[in-house]
Formats: sequence, structure tokens, C-alpha cells
Amino acid sequence: MLKVVHYINQFFANVGGEEMAHIPAELREGNVGPGLAFQQAFGDEAQIVATIVCGDSYFNENMEEAQKTIINMVKELQPDLFIAGPAFNAGRYGVACGTIAKAVKDQLNIPVLIGMYKENPGADMFKTSLYVVSTKNSAAGMRDAVKKMAPLALKLAKGEKIGASSEEGYMPNGIRKNFFDTERGSKRAVKMLLNKLVDKEFETEFPMPDFDRVAPNPAVKDITKAKIALVTSGGIVPKGNPDHIESSSASKYGKYDIDGVMDLTEATYETAHGGYDPVYANLDPDRVLPVDILREFEKQGKIGSLHRYFYTTVGNGTAVKSAKAFAAKFAQELKADGVDAVILTST
Amino acid sequence: MKLELGYIFIKDIQFAETSKVENGTLYVNKEEVKALILEDQNFKSADVELAKPGESVRIMPVKDVIEPRVKVEGPGGIFPGMVSKVETVGSGKTNVLKGAAVVTTGKIVGFQEGIIDMTGPGAEYTPFSQLNNLVLVCEPIDSLKQHEHEKALRFAGYKVAMYLGELAKNMTPDQVDTFETPTLVEGIKMYPELPRVAYVCMLQSQGLMHDTYVYGVDAKQTISTLIYPTEMMDGAIVSGNCVSACDKNTTYHHLNNPVVHDLFAEHGKTLNFVGVIITNENVYLADKERSSNWSAKLAEYLGVDGVIVSEEGFGNPDTDLIMNCKKIENKGIKTVLITDEYAGRDGTSQSLADADVRANAVVTGGNANEVIELPPMDKIIGHVEVADVIAGGFDGSLHADGSITAELQVITGATNEMGFNKLSAR
Repeated sequence: MLKVVHYINQFFANVGGEEMAHIPAELREGNVGPGLAFQQAFGDEAQIVATIVCGDSYFNENMEEAQKTIINMVKELQPDLFIAGPAFNAGRYGVACGTIAKAVKDQLNIPVLIGMYKENPGADMFKTSLYVVSTKNSAAGMRDAVKKMAPLALKLAKGEKIGASSEEGYMPNGIRKNFFDTERGSKRAVKMLLNKLVDKEFETEFPMPDFDRVAPNPAVKDITKAKIALVTSGGIVPKGNPDHIESSSASKYGKYDIDGVMDLTEATYETAHGGYDPVYANLDPDRVLPVDILREFEKQGKIGSLHRYFYTTVGNGTAVKSAKAFAAKFAQELKADGVDAVILTST
Repeated sequence: MKLELGYIFIKDIQFAETSKVENGTLYVNKEEVKALILEDQNFKSADVELAKPGESVRIMPVKDVIEPRVKVEGPGGIFPGMVSKVETVGSGKTNVLKGAAVVTTGKIVGFQEGIIDMTGPGAEYTPFSQLNNLVLVCEPIDSLKQHEHEKALRFAGYKVAMYLGELAKNMTPDQVDTFETPTLVEGIKMYPELPRVAYVCMLQSQGLMHDTYVYGVDAKQTISTLIYPTEMMDGAIVSGNCVSACDKNTTYHHLNNPVVHDLFAEHGKTLNFVGVIITNENVYLADKERSSNWSAKLAEYLGVDGVIVSEEGFGNPDTDLIMNCKKIENKGIKTVLITDEYAGRDGTSQSLADADVRANAVVTGGNANEVIELPPMDKIIGHVEVADVIAGGFDGSLHADGSITAELQVITGATNEMGFNKLSAR
């Protein structure tokens, strides 16, 4: 049977309200307060072996000491899962649940689960690092909270695969996960529109991110002296794609030496990009990575020089996060190599 | 405009001496189909295979999926402007071999086609695993360039689909559904109390084989315009796409546009489905601005209260999607968008290439970057070796036992942005 340790505050342990919030952490055998409902929901699959009760003021005012004590208690018990709360809309309780659960997860590597109301300050603090089940705003929602938390708790304890937030009941944590909904997308769209038209509540399936906009740098002062590098997301690579850059959703970029290369030809270069008809890019890769023109400009003194290396990847279906990581890395190299400006070509 | 769609339900497909439909079985004369394909001198050989639901079969690389239909009554023929004469379609009667499809395959670009598994986990992601498929394996002559190959294969698909559709011309359908769009004025009189809704259907038109055709015209040479939804059911819009398989609209999707069907289902009950605005996804900024200006202007002109906008593709077209959203919302018309996501294999990246606060009602077809495992199949129709280079595949995608580890992107129709599937993400 799986072993569970439960963390609750003084109020839910029936010790008292605000006047008893100063009590330090204590360990009790078996389940206490809301633990009974969890135990019933677990049935024979898991047992709450111990409950840790701690005053909310004590935890928040003696955070280091409290954490140390509780971590030692949990370490001793070696449970398969640590549950804290649910804290509903109690702010200090929510923060305590999140803080101690995160410490257990990070320090003891034990799966953890907490629950609270979406507007509890602890929700925003911990929803991207822990599974936080969304509950109602008061203890009247205990039954509903246990109903959502118990099955997810068992899954976590067993190390099973966790589905999307909407299926499992945890707050969206910024990690997009696929699942099969009950209706097809077009039907969901019609329903969403009907709600939006009459100003009824609707929930978007993809909340828009804060979009990252890049302000352009000031113009290059003297282009005739500038060292220019070529960087492309158009997938131009030496023939044969030696580093196997993917045709879509690239996991890497390439850096290639063009010292002495005056012109990219069909025989020596090609595109690895899977997002467009490659015929014209393969016939003359300069169409995507204009080495030939820059060599001419170099000779005519229109630019200072063309940088010895070009950097390349495939933009097609590549996550913004990956693209950002590539550029963060090679931008340092470009800087170190004294490159003054970059021509960035896309397709 | 009124169209009656007569469904003849197909439950099995078999090769036979004579092509015919009998008791729910589609019988196909293989040699006749091969001869039809080889009319085009761009093919040096052709083969035809069957793939039925539940069979241990993997089809790849898949280019297009086409549903066999035939015009029974009313003007024009299926695929007007492409194969049939450029008559206005969408009225009268059309028969459909429901449950059957023609699947075209071939290594055109190598990495811009997809996979259909007829069983196993991959089959759950593609609607085409549920169909009785006639798969065309056409090998091009050696000198054929990719865009010529694409065109030849596109026409082979239409011709075979029309050949099969013709078998149903004189049949009595198992079920008849009627779709009717009144004129704008009549519609308003009929349902004065209902919100007026239009559908903005974005067509892939980035070019270089990311093409869609409307009555035979390349969509990138069109300007946003109006079309009756029933015209789409007769093949007025077809796919000429070689692009990531998961979110391209195949010809099958255009014929069975789920937004059109679900809006018709509510028409006269909770909303007044006024019509369809088609708009493109060109790569030049001026084109994007012009086309989205026009889709917003047409929505305003139709006097609608709300629209559903469906995207095709990803990345570059995300900007068209957001422009359409912003400009239509700015007219005071409410929007719901259907898209899919490229959130990275771990799901933590920003999902779209563009965003706006006005896009506050979005339906997602799922994260196309999520990695899936496709077990080996007993039979492969096509070329399995493209697994490593197909969009969504990577070095080492294809394992020695024939299983494939790849991104969901590789599956034809998996994250469709017309909302054809139940897949979603959070």
C-alpha cells in the first residue's frame, strides 16, 4: 500500500483559529481532519500514515526553522506522496502548503500535491513548479476538492503519466499537453462563439502569451568598415546536411566556414528546410544565403568584410524557445568575433 | 442556394473485375484505375493498394486524401475549374461515397508529406484511419521536378476520386442531408432574433507548393471573397499542398468542412449562418494587409455579429490569423479562432508566432511538437525511409524494427485547424 503524509494547518486540525496560529509543527499518527475524506477516497490503495499540523503564523514567521523540522519528519517517514491542504482561499495557509511541498519535492524527491483557490496568492507562486489543484474558495468545497485531488494524488504516487490540466484538474502550469476532448474543435468553436456573442463566460483553450517584441538596434555607423555575418532560418547547409538539422522543429543550428567561398552552388550547398519547395533554393542557395553578393560588396569596398562563418537553422515548426536558445548562444560568439552587424534571412 | 447531399455508406473496399458499389462495399477494378493514372505521361508506373480500418498498415508519405463524390442533379461537376468545367456548383444533388477515400502518395519533397496508420496509437490521431482507402502509389518519371510531380499527383487523385464517385451516380442514398443558405435579406427576415454568424476560412497560399485552388484559381492570386458553403461540398476548393501533414487541409477536409457542418447544425436554432468568407495566407506583408482588410470589410458588409476564423498551417500564417482577428474585432464583430500549437517537444514554448490581446477566444487542435511513438506495422504502403526527414521526424526517428518516434506533426490531419478532430491541449 502506498504511504502518504498530509500537511494541514491548526484550523483544519481543529486546534483553533487565528489565536492558535502560533503553534509549531507537530507530527500525528494517521489522518486528521480533512485527511479522513482523503483516506476514504484512497480506499485500499494508499494510507495516510501521518499528518503534520503547523500553525500558519508559525510557519510563515519561522520559515527556515519550520521547513527544517518538517523535512526531517517527512524524511523519516519516507512516504510515496506528500499532500498539503487544500488551503482554499486562506493566503498564509496556501503559501505554507506551496513552500513546504516544494521543499519536499526538491530536497527529498518525493511527489507532492497541493490544492487551493485560484486567487490564493500561493497559486500564482507555485502553479508552474507544482501540481496545484484548483478548489473552491472556502472549506465548503472540501468534498469537491478531495474528489479532484485524490485521483491525481494516486497517479503521482504511482508515478503514472499525468494528463492535461483540464483532464486532471490542476492549474495550467505553462506546459502544453495534448488530450482528446469530448467534442471536435469546430463544435467547441461554435459553442465558444455563442457564449461570446451573449457575453456569457467562456474559456479560451489557448491564453495569448505576452508577446516578445524586439526593438531594432541603431543603424550601423559606417557600413564600409563593418564586419557582416550571415545568419539564416532558411536551412542552407553544406550539401548532405552534415549535422542532420531537422526539416522541421529543429533541435540545433549549424556553424559553417565559408572562408574563400565566393558563391554557393547546387553542387556544394542545399537547404534542409521542410517548409517550402526547395527547388529554387537548391538550384542557387545564394537566394537564401546571399554569399555571392556580399563577396562582391566586399571586393568593391561597400562592406568591410564578410564574417568567416555563417550560422543556420530551420525555422519551420521550430519552437520560439528553441530559436531563442540558439541565438543566445551564437550571438555571444558573433560578439566575441567582432562582428558589427548581422544579415538575418528567413524564407 | 440549396444542396442535397446523398450519403451512400461504404463499409468495405475490395478489388474486383468490375468497379461498382453493392451492399455497402466498394468494388474497384485495379487495372482501370492504374490506366487512368498512367494517362499522365509524367508517371512511369502506378500501383493501387487497399487500406482498411484496423489493418496493420502504414501509408507514407501521404500527399492528399479525397472523398469520392458525384453530381447527380444541378449545374456543374465535382472539382469545378480543376477537372469539371468552371460552372457554379453547390446546388441540386450530390452523392457521396461516405466512408471511402482516395489517398495519394509519393516522395514529392520527401519531407512535406505525412503518415496514416490504420491501427494503433497513430490511428487515433488521424480521421483517415477510419476510412476504406484506395491508395495510389505513383512513381514519377526521372526528370520530373517537384512542382510538376505535385500537379500530376493532384490530378491523379481527382480523376480516381471522380471515377469512383461516378459509380454512385444512379444510386439511392442511404441518407440525405439538405443544406440551404438563403440570400442575405431573406436570412435576416427569417431569423430576425438570431445572431448573424459568418465563417472566415483561411486558405494556405504561401506558394512554393503551399497552394490551394478555388474553382481552379491559385488562391494566392485571389482576393478575399464570398462563397456559399455548399459550393465547398462540391469541390470548389481543393488542396495542392505539400506542407507539414498535421495541419494542412486535405481536399477531404474542404469537402467535409467541419465548421460549415457545425454552423449549419445550429442554423435557424441558435444562430443565422450567413455564409463563408475565404481569404488567403500570402507571404508578402502587403498581401497580408490587403487580404485581412478585405476579410474584415466583408464581415462588416455582411452585418454579422460574430465569425469563426480557421487557420491553415503555422508560423507565417499565424500573422494572417492575428491580423484577421484584430481587424474583425475592431469592427465590433466577435471572433473565435481555431489554430494549433508549436509549443516545443516539452510543451513549454510560446505556441504561436504572433499574438494579440483581442484573440481571447481560441480553440486549439493540439501541440504538433508533442512526441509520439508509432509501433511497427505489418505492411508499409509507400516509402518508410522518409521518416527521418519528414516534417516532425528527426535523425533516428525510424528504428530498426520499423517503429517510429516522431513529433505529432508527421500524422496527416492530426492537429487540423478547421477543428475536424477532438484533440486539444491545455
